[in-house]
This record gives sequence, structure tokens and C-alpha cells, in this order.
Amino acid sequence: MYFQRNFRWQEIPLHLYPVLYFFFVFTADEEDTVIDSDGRQERAKDKERKKERDRKRRRNVARRASSARKEGKELEDRPEREERRGRKKRDKEGKGKGKGGEDERQEEVKNDTVAKIQKNFSNENTRKLEQKEMEVVGEEDGDTEGKRKNGRSKKDEKKEDKEKHESSEEEEDEEEKEGEEKPDVLSPEELEKLKEEVDERKKLISTLRGKPWPMRKKLLTLRESHEFVEKYEGALGKGKSRKLTVICYRDFENFKTACVPWEMKIKEIESHFGSSVASYFIFLRWMYGINMILFGLTFGLVMVPEALMGRPYGSMPRKTVPRADEANAMDFAVLWDFGGYAQYSVLFYGYYNSQRAIGWLKFRMPLSYFLVGVGTVAYSYMVVIRTMARNANEDGGGDNNSFNFSWKMFTSWDYLIGNPETADNKFASITTSFKEAILEEQESRKDDNIHLTRFLRVLANFLVLCCLAGSGYLIYFVVRRSQKFALEGLESHSWWERNEVNMVMSLLGMFCPMLFDVISALENYHPRIALQWQLGRIFALFLGNLYTFIIALMDEINLKREEEEVLKLNMTIWEASLYNGTLGANSTAPPITVHPADIPRGPCWETMVGQEFVRLIVSDTMTTYITLLIGDFLRAVLVRFLNYCWCWDLEAGFPSYSEFDVSGNVLGLIFNQGMIWMGAFYAPCLPALNVLRLHVSMYLQCWAVMCCNVPQERVFKASGSNNFYMAMLLVILFLSTLPAIYTIVTIPPSFDCGPFSGKSRMFDVIQETLESDFPAWFGKVFSYASNPGLVLPFLLLMVLAIYYLQSTSKSYKQANLELKKKLQTQNEENKKKTKMAAQKAAMDLEEAQNARSESPRQQRNNNASQQSYRGEKNTVAFI
Amino acid sequence: MGTTASQLGKDLLSEYQRFSELLSKEDRNLTSVPMEKVLSLPELKSNPFRKRICHVFSTSDMKDGSLTFEDFLDLLSAFSDSATLEIKSHYAFRIFDFDDDGTLDGGDLEKLVNCLTGETEDSRLTPEEMRQLISNILEESDIDKDGTVNLSEFQHVISRSPDFVSSFKIVL
Repeated sequence: MYFQRNFRWQEIPLHLYPVLYFFFVFTADEEDTVIDSDGRQERAKDKERKKERDRKRRRNVARRASSARKEGKELEDRPEREERRGRKKRDKEGKGKGKGGEDERQEEVKNDTVAKIQKNFSNENTRKLEQKEMEVVGEEDGDTEGKRKNGRSKKDEKKEDKEKHESSEEEEDEEEKEGEEKPDVLSPEELEKLKEEVDERKKLISTLRGKPWPMRKKLLTLRESHEFVEKYEGALGKGKSRKLTVICYRDFENFKTACVPWEMKIKEIESHFGSSVASYFIFLRWMYGINMILFGLTFGLVMVPEALMGRPYGSMPRKTVPRADEANAMDFAVLWDFGGYAQYSVLFYGYYNSQRAIGWLKFRMPLSYFLVGVGTVAYSYMVVIRTMARNANEDGGGDNNSFNFSWKMFTSWDYLIGNPETADNKFASITTSFKEAILEEQESRKDDNIHLTRFLRVLANFLVLCCLAGSGYLIYFVVRRSQKFALEGLESHSWWERNEVNMVMSLLGMFCPMLFDVISALENYHPRIALQWQLGRIFALFLGNLYTFIIALMDEINLKREEEEVLKLNMTIWEASLYNGTLGANSTAPPITVHPADIPRGPCWETMVGQEFVRLIVSDTMTTYITLLIGDFLRAVLVRFLNYCWCWDLEAGFPSYSEFDVSGNVLGLIFNQGMIWMGAFYAPCLPALNVLRLHVSMYLQCWAVMCCNVPQERVFKASGSNNFYMAMLLVILFLSTLPAIYTIVTIPPSFDCGPFSGKSRMFDVIQETLESDFPAWFGKVFSYASNPGLVLPFLLLMVLAIYYLQSTSKSYKQANLELKKKLQTQNEENKKKTKMAAQKAAMDLEEAQNARSESPRQQRNNNASQQSYRGEKNTVAFI
Repeated sequence: MGTTASQLGKDLLSEYQRFSELLSKEDRNLTSVPMEKVLSLPELKSNPFRKRICHVFSTSDMKDGSLTFEDFLDLLSAFSDSATLEIKSHYAFRIFDFDDDGTLDGGDLEKLVNCLTGETEDSRLTPEEMRQLISNILEESDIDKDGTVNLSEFQHVISRSPDFVSSFKIVL
């Protein structure tokens, strides 16, 4: 019996088959008789009861088998079942026949099982069965390689094997149900074991997805394990109605996947252009999600309450278009510039009233406005940092350089690529990356003229710096000029003069990167480093432009505030004159009603800032779309159709089709987001605008990529730069919240517009709320908590905590490295040991052979040893 | 095969459709698709490992790389979004193991490099470069220094790679 356990036909030498056959038949018979006698003995003990039950069982089995056959629910189940039945018959008729051994064993097991159940030893029995099964499973898990070599027949055997177990289990189950003498008392050890079994099964179920098996095997194992678990969990008295929750869960998961927008579009692009282009669109979608939430916050908590519950339009000066502008407040040109009615609406800061509570809800408008402003920034920080942390986790902790070559080799092919052109590019880029890596490794790359290279690099950087400075100055100049125009009145100037700032900024953003690209050709860097330089320069350009813009805006804010001071004085004079002119000094007269449009008002610098940002965003969006249409679409059309009548090949030659520039597009997206963060406090409509923009550009760019772009020459990795972009986003977020926070904290709000009018600082709204809406002690606690004596130690504590965490992470890294080293040395030692052992064994064998050849008289001995050797081999095969 | 179609779930139908498109009218009664037909799928056409993929997922006895519908489903599931790293790395190993001997030795690696650098002659690496490359790779990933990369070493290397899971995908 011992050698039958894992019987493998393939490993038995052919000439031994006849011997085995007899051996086999003999042992099989013997065992059968043993079992039979066993059964007889058992039956002798309590004949009557058992016989009856036995009969019942047989009937039941037959019935069930037939019903199962009728159902025929599985594809392959039927033939196998029939085969099994056939085998049963064969078995009854007369066993033996070489291959029958396996089946016999199954039958034996079954008989064995039945007998034991009848003895009420069911628990122990199942445990045995389970162990066998686990062995089978474990073995399959363990030596998949070997199994594969042995081909399908063994697999089939195992499958049958499993089926048998299953069926025997089922029978057992039946027996338990029917016999109603189910052992109600289980010994604690058995219970324990059963629990372990169930737990193991559960573990198997949960890890099954990660097993590299064919689907059919997985399904079989899963079904079986589920049956087992269900049955015995019931016996153990826990766990019910799992099926429903599983179905619900699966449906929910499906629903969730179906809810992810643009999944199919992205997949399509992915399959054409590889994962790096798709990563841009995934980034775009992620951005869209964030902006949706920002939009929800500002729209739901600021714009809608003000529009519904605040004072209506026309009730106050800040909510009315001034008399002078009324004539053309509805003109499209004015609206397009976000002047006129657009300026005096919920879209901008100035419209909001400083009334503490509005509507029947007593909604605290100014507080809500302030908190939403802070909340959007806080939320953005949280999301960006969390994503960065997750990406860092996925990177797998450090050692990026240790598998440089292997990664290039094993993971550089992008299986998604389904486009022959992309595939060719990919081949080329992989080849160059191999070559480069080899060159770097050899370090044989000698710069023949290092001075020239250095000079060129310095020159290139100088040129780039000139570009940056020039663009900065240009923006500053243009903004100042526009202020002059604004003072003179916008009507007297042309369209270009009015939109100069935005146009210049957009054009600079469009052409400077091209210039940088040309300049970077001078430097002769490695392409990856060149890309980094390029990104860094564009980043600097955008940032410089943005900050010049902000500095110019600051100047303008100061101008407006001076204007405001003057106006405040004028206001009092105006009011006095109003009173004096009509009623003299009569104080009992009713207050004079002046239409709000006629009341003079301050310049409201907050609205001006908001307007500037909105205009910037709009013009930026327009330039992006227009470049897309002209630079990509028109170019593609021209190249495509002029190619028929041109003197050189346009498609392969100079203009060709445009590539999709992943890094440039991502940078554009990041800066756009930075502007949103900067301006959202003064123009609550900005997130809404951005959502619109992202939505449109998703469709537009998807279309443009599919119809008029060619895959990139150098296909970059998608994930390698993921965190790089995220870090950029974080920097931008920080840099863009800086000016916003600065203006909020230091500059007093306008006196006659916005939710904070009348306060000396915007954050006074917190103080006010604490004083009037919270109990006195809360305010006290807050003031204590916010005094420097408490805040400073707290900050110190945080710094200490950061330091501590960083040092622990460093030490972990160290420990990791050391463990790795240890593992390596141990492996080497093991290797040495096995090598030594192998050598020794080889020496021994050689010696033995030498000895044998020296004494040819020992022929018989030799034969015997060979035979024993063969026997060994066979037993090895059996075991 | 025709009878089973009615029992397929909705989500399986599209795959079944793609699969049965590969079978021409006269051999509808066949259960497996020959390799040449599978290779004509646009998703596989430009993949340098297409033949290996067919061989790995084929369960036919003739070793001709033909796929039954179930093999086809196995293929799609291994290349799907939701397959785990373990599964993906396992199949990747088998795809790269050109001689099916359970380890990646020098010959396998050479074939792999040739697959990756394309068919054209000018993009091939020189023998010297090839030798250098393979020795570098073995130095990095052959932890037990036996001259070959086995499955666990391979998985160790792959599991650190940031973009294996995202690129080992096929979308129908």
C-alpha cells in the first residue's frame, strides 16, 4: 500500500511492467480481502442495524448519481462521472488490469470510508481523507514544474482522484444526514482538528486566486473547499448564508468597476500606445476626481447657499452692477472678460455678503466661506500626500539600482502594445537601453572633448536663464502696461491690448519649451537626464511666470487699496453732501433711499484677483485646445493629404505626425491645477470651470491621440515618473497656497465687498464665531491653546517625532540590507556544501565502479547491486 | 462548444465571441483554435512573445500551441487587471523559459534578448554585448549562483519592479 500512494507510470522503466503487473494484482487482491474481512468483522458486531442502513445508503447513492447525471450542469462533469461509473462496474467484475490500480485504491478508500462511517468514526476518517487531499493539493502546488513535464495524464489522474474524494465525502454527508445518529459528542481534540481543517480550507479559498493553476482546477478546488467548509462549519455551529453576501459583494465590485469613468477609452489608448500614454489619461482622470470634490465643496457650501438664501441681486451695492457699467453689462465681450453681470454674481468673492447668518437655516456664510477655502487646500494636501505614500509603497522600498539589468530584461516589454508602429519603437528603445546600460556598466565612455561639452552645457544653461529672465520681464512689463490701460479705461483699447497678459503668458508657455528643446540639443546628455533637465526648465519657466504674475498682481492690489482709501474719504463727503443737499440738518427725516447702483463703491481687489485668475485659466484652456487642433489635427491632415503631391515624404520626413508628449501634458495639467488652488479662494467658480475644462480635454485629447498622433519615439516607463509628477504637484500646491495664505493673513479685506467686509482681517471670522456661537469656556480654551507657549512646544514635539521616525526608517533600511547580505552568504554556503556533497558522492561512485571493474569475477554481485539499484529507483518513483 | 454558449454568463460572452470569431465556419465543431489563428489577433500580432504565450497556455497534447476556449480564458485571466503579481510572474517565467526546463539559463536569456531587440539585424546586439548583458543579469538576479535564474529568484526580482504588473496586461 505504501508505494501506491503516488503512482506514476511515466517513471517506471518499460521492462518492469510485467513484473509490476503481477505484483500489483497480488497486493491489490490481498488488500481487498483484508478490507473485506474487516468489514465483515464490523458487520458481525451489529448486523441488523447496519445492514438496513447500508441498503438505504446504496439506494440513496444510486438515486443521487442518477439525478446528478440528469442535471449535467458542468461541461466536463458528465464524461468523467460516466467514466467513474464504468470503472465501478469494472471493479466489481474483476479487478487487476494494470492501470486499474489507481482506481482500486479509490474504491478501497471508499469502502474503507463507508465501513468507518458505519462505525461512527466519521471524524477521524474525514481527517484522513482531508490529509490525503491536502497532500495532493500541496504536492500540486509544490511541484508544478514536474507535473507539467509528466503531461496531462497525471493531471487527469489527480483530478479523478479528487472527484472520488469529493464523491466519498458526499456520501458521507448523506450518511450523516440520514443516519441521524450523528455523533453528537465530539472529543475536543477532534473538534480542534476539524477546526484546523476548516481553517486550512478557508485559507486555501482565500489564496486560491493567487495560484497559477488553470481555471478548471481552481474551480474544482474552490467548489470542493466551499462544500467542505460549509458542511463542517455547520457542524461546528458557525457561519451561515455566505453565498448571498458573496454574490452581493461581487455585484458591488462589478458596479464599482462599471462606475469608473472612461475606463474603456483609456484601455483602448493603452492597447495602442502602451501604458505610458495611458498613464497621462489616468492622471487626468484622477485630477478630475479631485476637482469634482473641490467643486462639490465650493458649490454646495458657498455658491448655492448664497444664491438661494442670501440677499437677492440688486439689494445691495455689492450685488448690483454700477450705473456707469449698466449699459453694456450684458455684452458678450464684457461677459467673456468676466465683467458686467458675471462680476456681480456668486462667481466672485465680491458678491458675498458679510451678514453673519443667512436664511431660515441661519447658515453662517462668512464662516463657511473661510472654512471651505481652508478645507479645499487641506484636502488637496491630504490627497496628494496619501497618493505619494501609496506610490512609494508600491515601489517596494529602495534598492532601485540592484536589479537594473534584470528589470530591463524581464519587465521592459509592454504587453499592452497592439500597434506594430509602437512595437517597432519599443524594440528600438529597448535595444538602445540595453546598449546604454552596457556602456554605462563598462564606463568606457570617454569624452574625447570634455572641454567642448562643458562649454556647451554652460552656454546652454546661460541661454535658458536668459530665456527665463526675458519671459519674466515680459510678463511683468505686460502686467504693468495692462494696469495703465485699466486706469485709462478698457474701452479705448483693442482686443489684443485688453487680453495681452493672458495671451503673452500662454504663448510663452507654448514656445519656450520648444526653445528649451532646441537648446538642450547642445548639451548632449543621456536622454533620461535630458528629459529631467527639460522638465526642470519648463517647471522653472512656469513657476517664474506665475510668480511674476503674482508680484504684478500684488502691485495692483496695493494700488487698489490706495484707491480704496481715497474713496472711503470721498464716501463720507458724499454721504454728508447727500444729507445736506436734501434735508439740511433735520435728523428726524426718514433715511433717504438711493438706488444701490448709484452708491459709489470701492474697487474690491479680491474680485479683481479672482477675475485675473479666471481669465488666465480660460485663455490657457483656449490655447491648449487651439494648439491641439492646429498643431496636431491640422498638421496630421496636411501631412496625410499633401503627401500625395509633395516632393519629399512628409510622413517620414520633416513635419511627419506629432508625438504625444506625456511629460509636457502632465506639466500643463499640474500648473493648471496650481492656478486653480491659487485663485479658488477669490473666485469660487474656478473648480467648476476646471471640471469643465478637464472633462472636455479628456474627450478632445483621447480623440486627438487616437486620430492624429504617433507613438513616442522613446517610450518611457509609466510608473518610474509617477511619484516624480506627484512631487511636482506637491511643490506646486505648496507654492500656490503660499501667496493665497499670504494675502488672506496680511492684507485687510475690502470695506464694502465680500463676506469679510468690515473686519480688519479675514481670519477674524473664526474669533467671531468662537465668541458668539460657542460657550465662553471653549473660547478660553482655544485662546490658551493658541498662545505661543503651547504652540511652540507642540511644534518642537512634531519636529522631534519626525526626526525619530526618520531615524527608525533609516535603521530599518540598514537592517534590511544586512539581512539581504546574510541571505546571500548563506545561499553561497549552501551552494558550496551541496557541491561538496555532490563531488563526494561522485567520487564514491567512481571508486565503486573502479572496484567493480577491477574484479570481473564478481559479475553476479554486480548484477545484484544493479538490480537493487533499480529497485531503489522504483521505490523512489513510488514514493 | 455551441451548446455551452447558452450557459455562459454575460461577462463571458464577449470573450466567447472573440474566440469563436477565430474559428472559421467549417471548423466550428473543433474545440481548439490552432496557433496561427490565435496569433492573428491584433492584440497579439506585435508581441514578440506571442508564440511562447500560446505554448504556455495551450493544454493540447500535440504541443502545437492550439488553444481551447478554456485555455483562452486562462490566458485572458492571467493577463487581466485583477490577476495577482504571483500569477503574472509565474506565467511570465514560463513564457521566458524557452526550453521548458524550469529555469532560465543562458540560452533562454539570449533568446529573450533577441525577442526584445526585434527581428531586424541592425538592432541586434553584438555577441560581446550579449555576453556582457547576460553575465550582468545573472550577477544581479542569480542569488544562489548556480548559473541559472529559477522561479523564486525570478519572482524576487519581479516583485520589486514597479511597472511589471501594469505592463503585463492584454486588453481585448
